Amino acid sequence: MRRYAPRVVALGYLTGILLAPLAMVFWRTFDHGVSPFWHALTNGETLHAFQVTLLLTVIAVPLNTVFGVVVGLAIVRHRFPGKGLLNAFIDLPLALSPVVVGLALFLLYGRTGWFGSWLTRHGVQMLFAWPAMALATIFVSVPFVAREVIPTLRELGDEQEQAAVTLGASAWQTFRRITLPSIRWAVVYGVVLTTARCLGEFGAVAIVSGRIVGRTETATLRVQDAYENFDSTGAYTVGLVLAAIAVVVLVVMTLTKPKEQTA
Amino acid sequence: MSIEIRNVTKRFGEHTAVDGVSLLVESGSLTALLGPSGSGKSTLLRLVAGLETPDAGEIVLSGELATSLAPQQRNVGFVFQHYAAFKHMTVHDNVAFGLKIRKRPKAEIAARVEELLTLVGLQAYGRRYPAQLSGGQRQRMALARALAPEPKVLLLDEPFGALDARVRAELRDWLRRLHDEVHVTTVFVTHDQEEAMEVADRVAVLNEGRLEQVGSPLELYDTPSSEFVMRFVGDAHRLADRLVRPHDIALAREPYGSSVEVEVERIRVLGADARVDLVDGEGERLVARIPREELEQLGLERGEIVWAAPAAERVFAG
Repeated sequence: MRRYAPRVVALGYLTGILLAPLAMVFWRTFDHGVSPFWHALTNGETLHAFQVTLLLTVIAVPLNTVFGVVVGLAIVRHRFPGKGLLNAFIDLPLALSPVVVGLALFLLYGRTGWFGSWLTRHGVQMLFAWPAMALATIFVSVPFVAREVIPTLRELGDEQEQAAVTLGASAWQTFRRITLPSIRWAVVYGVVLTTARCLGEFGAVAIVSGRIVGRTETATLRVQDAYENFDSTGAYTVGLVLAAIAVVVLVVMTLTKPKEQTA
Repeated sequence: MSIEIRNVTKRFGEHTAVDGVSLLVESGSLTALLGPSGSGKSTLLRLVAGLETPDAGEIVLSGELATSLAPQQRNVGFVFQHYAAFKHMTVHDNVAFGLKIRKRPKAEIAARVEELLTLVGLQAYGRRYPAQLSGGQRQRMALARALAPEPKVLLLDEPFGALDARVRAELRDWLRRLHDEVHVTTVFVTHDQEEAMEVADRVAVLNEGRLEQVGSPLELYDTPSSEFVMRFVGDAHRLADRLVRPHDIALAREPYGSSVEVEVERIRVLGADARVDLVDGEGERLVARIPREELEQLGLERGEIVWAAPAAERVFAG
């Protein structure tokens, strides 16, 4: 009996914390059948909210992927002053509440803010528009690729890279043919986590977007908006789609990841 | 394709890894860099490859100054202790890497890879991945990979260090035969004096970043230039204030000349030789290696007292 105890505790915990709420969302979405769900999903505001979320994700994920790999290489393969600080800063978005990030962006880019006043004079609208929302999304999703890549690079060591160099490969060829293929699963995993974080972002974007329905409203903001307006089916529908995307992504990742890398 | 190391110094922070070393490696030779760990031998090899930059001194490869050349431009083959196999590539692609980088025609690459895989006895393994090979096979793959672009010099950093004793001995013989076949100027690093003496034409002994002595294995063994070399390239024992090789200790039943009284602690017969463990009056232990016949003539027994003296020749005054 004793050897089953950890499994029972783990499964029980996950059921209570994760599965039950998910099941609840699923059940409530289809409370009144499929047709209200479909209606809520194809609603113009909902579709627009998903488009906004998609746009922000498409901007933030590639940028943070490149940044994560570059920073990972810098931290693991090079020595430079301020390296420890940089390493610590990467985790800042994990430690900092997104609301604080939103507030900071608000102060920077608001009409009287440091950058805001200059940008306003030059006709650039940051706040209550996609640029500030993209910045907020990028900020909160910075750590994931770097945090996946750094330990993998450390474990990999630099002997293969040195071997490539002695065989005549340039720095770029070495990166492209040796380093990148060796860390690809870490990058994929980081991209998945980054994407998930972008899709789920709420706090920072909530502050800088102004939450203008049909314009700057993201999927997560749509959930709250619908809920507050007693459109529970609408809220559950968007919630369910977000949850479904997350589950699909995790399943695909688990299936494609090579066995020895599952840990 | 000679290598000339001119007064090279390399520091890592406070630590001086290589301290003013000058060494000439002649074209076509097989040279060992021998020394204990931390003697700077690996650093010296990496300096030649361009994987490290010297703080002072020059590296000359086949008459051309190479000190400021990037490793890519030096055309050296480098073999690492832990193989540095490209894990995501097949054996074939590993060996082909240097040729693909040089954009050689496909047919030429295929032929050259085939030739090298045959040379290292891996012709049947081209489609496998490094993880599917044994340690010895991986190291042979690494060697084929390093040789593929026809390097001017081949550098091996403790190439057999990660292998078990039997495979190590096999690969040692194999490297020697390979060198006789391929004739590429080869330098390998080792901390194992037996390995250096067995495989190399010339051995450079390093200690604490300095070059102690360069010479043929026989020269180092017979005429070591310092106590360090004497102790490092073979067994050496202190007898009557001199350092002596175990074969250079003569035993007698009666005192003579400068002989010292010693007690026989243990006798082991190893084929044609016998190993006699001795202890002198001050409790210092030493070993004599004498022919079996001599042991039988002396009729030595454990616990007996005999007289030991350094045989006249081949003695290093320490």
